[in-house]
Amino acid sequence: MAFLQDPTLIVEWLRQLLLGWGLSPALTSLALYVLGALALATGPLLWVIFLIWFERKAVARIQDRLGPNRVGKYGLLQPFADVLKLLTKEDIIPAKADKFLYWMAPILSLAGVLLLWPAVPLGKGIGGNVNVAVLYLVAVGTLSTFAILVAGWSANNKYALLGAFRTVAQMISYEVPIVLALLVPVLLARSMNLQDIVAAQDVWFVVAAPLPALIFFIASIAEVGRTPFDLLEAESEIIAGFHIEYSGMKFAMFFAGEFLHAFTVGVLGAVLFFGGWRGPGAEAYPILGLFYLWLKAFLLYFVIVWVRGTFPRVRIDHLLDFTWKFLTPLALVVLMATAVLDKALVRAGAWPRALGLLVVNAVIWLLAQRWLRKVEKRLEPPMVAQPGQYPVARYTPPEPQAAEGD
Amino acid sequence: MVTTFVFLLTAVVMLVAALIAVLKDNLVHAAMGLVVTLFGTAVLFVLMEAYFLAVAQVVIYVGAIAILIVFSIMLTRRVGAAWGAQTNPTWPFALLVAGLLTVLVTRMVRAWAPDQVLPAAAAVPADMTARLGAALVDPNGYVVPFEVASVLLLAALIGAVYVAWGGRKAEKETHK
Repeated sequence: MAFLQDPTLIVEWLRQLLLGWGLSPALTSLALYVLGALALATGPLLWVIFLIWFERKAVARIQDRLGPNRVGKYGLLQPFADVLKLLTKEDIIPAKADKFLYWMAPILSLAGVLLLWPAVPLGKGIGGNVNVAVLYLVAVGTLSTFAILVAGWSANNKYALLGAFRTVAQMISYEVPIVLALLVPVLLARSMNLQDIVAAQDVWFVVAAPLPALIFFIASIAEVGRTPFDLLEAESEIIAGFHIEYSGMKFAMFFAGEFLHAFTVGVLGAVLFFGGWRGPGAEAYPILGLFYLWLKAFLLYFVIVWVRGTFPRVRIDHLLDFTWKFLTPLALVVLMATAVLDKALVRAGAWPRALGLLVVNAVIWLLAQRWLRKVEKRLEPPMVAQPGQYPVARYTPPEPQAAEGD
Repeated sequence: MVTTFVFLLTAVVMLVAALIAVLKDNLVHAAMGLVVTLFGTAVLFVLMEAYFLAVAQVVIYVGAIAILIVFSIMLTRRVGAAWGAQTNPTWPFALLVAGLLTVLVTRMVRAWAPDQVLPAAAAVPADMTARLGAALVDPNGYVVPFEVASVLLLAALIGAVYVAWGGRKAEKETHK
């Protein structure tokens, strides 16, 4: 069981096996790369099947329903039935659609999410070890924006195009606070390598930087386009938005991409702010680190599902106001405060440094609250129907009339 | 061997995409061709182990500029329809310049002796990105150009805001 302590032994074993089959060393490395890529792409996609079941069940419970419960124990096999159904559905391409781009969009959408995974450190010495990983995450994130834009345009449908425009406005806007929030862990760890960021978290960064963690989390939910930020597919306004014309497996790819993206946000949040694979015994047994990372990511994912089940959808102007007038300035202030204070506190040891930054975050949060209250007073009062204050439509039961023919 | 294979594949894809970007009537297709070409450039940077440049290429060109281009094209009406000629009256001069450049490059490549041994590239240091970052804020390095560039961008930003505000005021006055 030595591979529990050193997972690279598995790779070595595979390499020896392939070499033993008579492959040349160059081909063997190529085959190992391809195998690794396949494993990294297939693992998350299989995991999505469970995620879909979990999310449906969790949202159902929040809404006082039962959720899927017919196929298999607790409805666990429901996603498989759904996939089979989607596979057998007719694949419709609109007559005036741009065929090539219409085909490409779902692939791009899923690829944009899967490409995030190679940078993620899955355990000590396992997974991504890219020295520009944080920037890489930002770069790859633009792919999913592109996919939605392409999907919306190529379907040649006005609702789809409207949905795509909304999405792009939303994604470009929320990219700003995300990048600013990402800079804080980079600053604290003095590295853009996610492995180094995990290694620097003797104290989880969420203690030293709770506000950036919150900003990252909120903006990421918006980036994925989930409730309360699911304007790109607001059913009551633009039907299904950018994927309105998609059916069968192409739709399923968008769907799987969205679910996987939500979980990936959980993974990234865990890596950047919650210590990644760190946990008791994870140094000695890297496989255990994978479990810790998975656990943390799953808890964060649960919060995303919880938010989805709880909050109503935001209006588009509120949505853009929220990021440009609140999240972005807040992230800028936190970033500058952290940069200045961290320079002073860096020699103070892990815990004093984290607690000092925590105090700064709390002060900024209180100031932001005061500012918000000031702004709130200047705004018009909310349109809440108050008897006497506004005309309120009241139902007055009709007077009981005397029966006819009396 | 793998590197050569990836390079050749990227080169072919980039050339095809570049031709699409230049020759296609449909503007969205042309923009997509441009995006693929820019991605190809990023791949080339990766092959040369310049990871920071590769990622910066994608962030800036694909993430910002290309999305802006595509967005503005899609906001324009009737983009799918081809209209007008592909070229404007200056095309003979463009052809002349391109032709001269082709001749020059061909001559330069020809001038290389076929058995000339190129010196092996020095190994890329592992902390390349860190060095680049340090050089950008080093007084003996590139801090002045770096700061000048950021001031320029800031000026552009403020200018854009000013133009937008002015437009709104004029609009209000016309509505009065």
